[in-house]
Amino acid sequence: MKSICLYFQVHQPYRLSTYRFFDIGSKDNYFDDYANRYIMQQVAEKSYLPANEVILSLIKRFGSDFKVSYSISGMALEQFEKYAPKVIKSFQKLAETGSVEFLAETYAHSLASLNNKQEFKEQVKMQVNKVKELFGQKPVTFRNTELVYSNDIGDMVYDLGFRTMLTEGAKHVLGWKSPNLLYCSASNPKLKLLLKNFQLSDDIAFRFSERNWSEWPLTAEKFVDWLGKINERDEVVNLFMDYETFGEHQWAETGIFDFLKAFPEHAIKTAGFKFKTPSELAGELQPVSQLNVPYPISWADEERDLTAWLGNEMQDEAFGKLYELTTKIKRLKDDDLIRKWRYLQTSDHFYYMCTKWFSDGDVHKYFNPYSSPYDAFINYMNVLSDLYIRVEKATESNKITRKKSKAAVK
Amino acid sequence: MFGWEFPPHISGGLGTACYGLTKALMKADVDILFVAPKLFGDENPGNIRLINASDVSVDVRDEVYKTHQDKISFMEIDSTLLPYASEEEYYNLVEQLESGISLEQVNLHTQKFQFAGGYGKNLMEEVRRYAIVASAIARDNDFDVIHAHDWLTYLAGIEAKRISGKPLVVHMHATEFDRSGENINEVVFNIEREGMEAADVVVAVSHMTRNTVINRHGISPEKVITVHNGVEPPADQSKVQIKKHLDEKIVTFLGRITYQKGPEYFIEAAHKILQKDSNVRFVMAGSGDLLSRMIRRVAQLNMGTHFHFTGFLKGDDVDRMFGLSDVYVMPSVSEPFGISPLEAMRSSVPVIISRQSGVSEILKHALKIDYWDVDAMADAIYALLHYPSLAKMFRIYGKTEVENIKWDQAGIKVKSIYKQLASV
Repeated sequence: MKSICLYFQVHQPYRLSTYRFFDIGSKDNYFDDYANRYIMQQVAEKSYLPANEVILSLIKRFGSDFKVSYSISGMALEQFEKYAPKVIKSFQKLAETGSVEFLAETYAHSLASLNNKQEFKEQVKMQVNKVKELFGQKPVTFRNTELVYSNDIGDMVYDLGFRTMLTEGAKHVLGWKSPNLLYCSASNPKLKLLLKNFQLSDDIAFRFSERNWSEWPLTAEKFVDWLGKINERDEVVNLFMDYETFGEHQWAETGIFDFLKAFPEHAIKTAGFKFKTPSELAGELQPVSQLNVPYPISWADEERDLTAWLGNEMQDEAFGKLYELTTKIKRLKDDDLIRKWRYLQTSDHFYYMCTKWFSDGDVHKYFNPYSSPYDAFINYMNVLSDLYIRVEKATESNKITRKKSKAAVK
Repeated sequence: MFGWEFPPHISGGLGTACYGLTKALMKADVDILFVAPKLFGDENPGNIRLINASDVSVDVRDEVYKTHQDKISFMEIDSTLLPYASEEEYYNLVEQLESGISLEQVNLHTQKFQFAGGYGKNLMEEVRRYAIVASAIARDNDFDVIHAHDWLTYLAGIEAKRISGKPLVVHMHATEFDRSGENINEVVFNIEREGMEAADVVVAVSHMTRNTVINRHGISPEKVITVHNGVEPPADQSKVQIKKHLDEKIVTFLGRITYQKGPEYFIEAAHKILQKDSNVRFVMAGSGDLLSRMIRRVAQLNMGTHFHFTGFLKGDDVDRMFGLSDVYVMPSVSEPFGISPLEAMRSSVPVIISRQSGVSEILKHALKIDYWDVDAMADAIYALLHYPSLAKMFRIYGKTEVENIKWDQAGIKVKSIYKQLASV
């Protein structure tokens, strides 16, 4: 029997407030509390709450035939608690059904896996603890921010105790191979990999309401028909997407919720699919081959590489400067500074600085609160400059207190 | 094609733009007859056929002559009317007022006008006479479309259309609102409107200008088409490497020091920066009616040691100034197009431009701010001086971008307008 693996990403960044250079050294609130609250509440009403309701009804209706998985970033969980606690409750309800798997990721939805192993591990642990605390479930499957994956990252993830990981079914990595099978890491065959079927996933996530798409309108029947056409030997179709697809990227008026209600029914009843969670599938299926990924891949843009977040001069300077602080800031053991530093690690900040959308990618424009990548960079660097000053000051005053206490001992 | 000036005798953007467009049109196989009020004999037109309006004979018995000559006789000349006066001219104004228009050479029934060219005291008179000459030119030459550049030539364009019956294109390089803010000169405004109403197509150099003529002049939107300007490749690629003698970073304003260019916002932004970072120098290059007020403001803010005025710069000095600059700022309150940031970018200088400029509609690799948003302007300057990757991005991508803003595209667009008009 063939399976469908539904995984939804839930994330909201802490957006920065307008931070001018003359604020450096004085203004210590970096984040736009008003915008963050407003957006969170909007998206909760438009997307998270109604989508959870649909999922809950599907679980009730189809029992063990319908399961889903979520990865909810620490950034989103914190903001739910602060601004939309109803959403936490509704996810808890889903957790109670036993049909939902919560995945692990980096707490700050960061790209730490590309820079600092120690910080990466800490953030994963934070995330695991947060999920345990809220949903009473210890995540056993890992998904990295933006589905970023490479052999090296796979090794780190394995070291952290995970045996299953999700990533993109990038064409340049798969070649002729099908994404609809279980794979394992080339550098560590014990780590199993589930690959996103980007064709079918993006049909829902990006193309659903696109009126000049030749397949518009996408009906549940049509979609299930496509699902049925996968290769005979294929075992699982991995549909990975942002949860905000439902009601936010695709408005309710487009019929996206009706689609979400209808397509599982067709898939189960007429095409004989079962919806399973990543850890279930990893237990049932045998990896068909190893996947060698020497250079990081991701789920973004045509290239499926890192260029949405890193690569242009601004992104590289900002990213480099951010992690230059690692040793110093950790030594301080100042929770507030570390918290801010982690908020600044969220991948969205680097996404805003991407210059690729000058030539293409309306997706980038859609998600960008800044009018240009330059503005995004300037604002971010002003904030980071302030954090530098605060870290310097705290380091200095620590030295003085240490000296004083030494002197006192003498 | 009716222009007002032709290189090298140009004082501002108008002459450069007409020349660039004309060359591009020639390249696109459009045959052009370019009329200028006064030619000096040292022009190098290449393949462009130039007509010197000062050489054209006019029959004084003609109706056209009478109409316009009558108007000239009672038209008061507004002494503050300096529609395109460059900094140079601002200071040479006195001389210009002296020279005025030359004597008419009367020869029985025909006469020639000696145009002074430029933008002197008798401008209005010249604009009228240009129309008289235009009717003679329209009668004696064969053409398919008339194209008139800015209000100075609109009466000429209207006359040419009346005589020949050929379609008229008027080109808005700047509006009276750009030049004068809200204190517009009614006479100029009326000529602008009259020209656009008589025209079959109005070409605007930016969407901003297009909106102005639709909303302020009441021109019907269907006939207003935006064609963005291009920029000429630098005349001399082998410009000397400029040595900087100062350690401080240099932030430059270069342009007329007038209301339109927003110099006071630049000063306020400089003040914000200097409170935080004294390792910067600001330069205001140019002259204009607000110069002394700006000097006083800088003194008042007590930042004279870090804020410098150069007066009017020309030729190589402009390039040298760009060579010394780390940031170029164009805080214009209203700039129909704005060619100078493109010149700065060509010299690999990062630019900050106001959103109230036509050029901001086409540039990607420039920081854009609202002219009144001094905080944002200061922030942009600070970032360019302190975050190295930002300036680097601009140097790399800005130069490439500006090299691709060519007159050829504008030429092709204008040619298609001609084609449509000629085929009707």
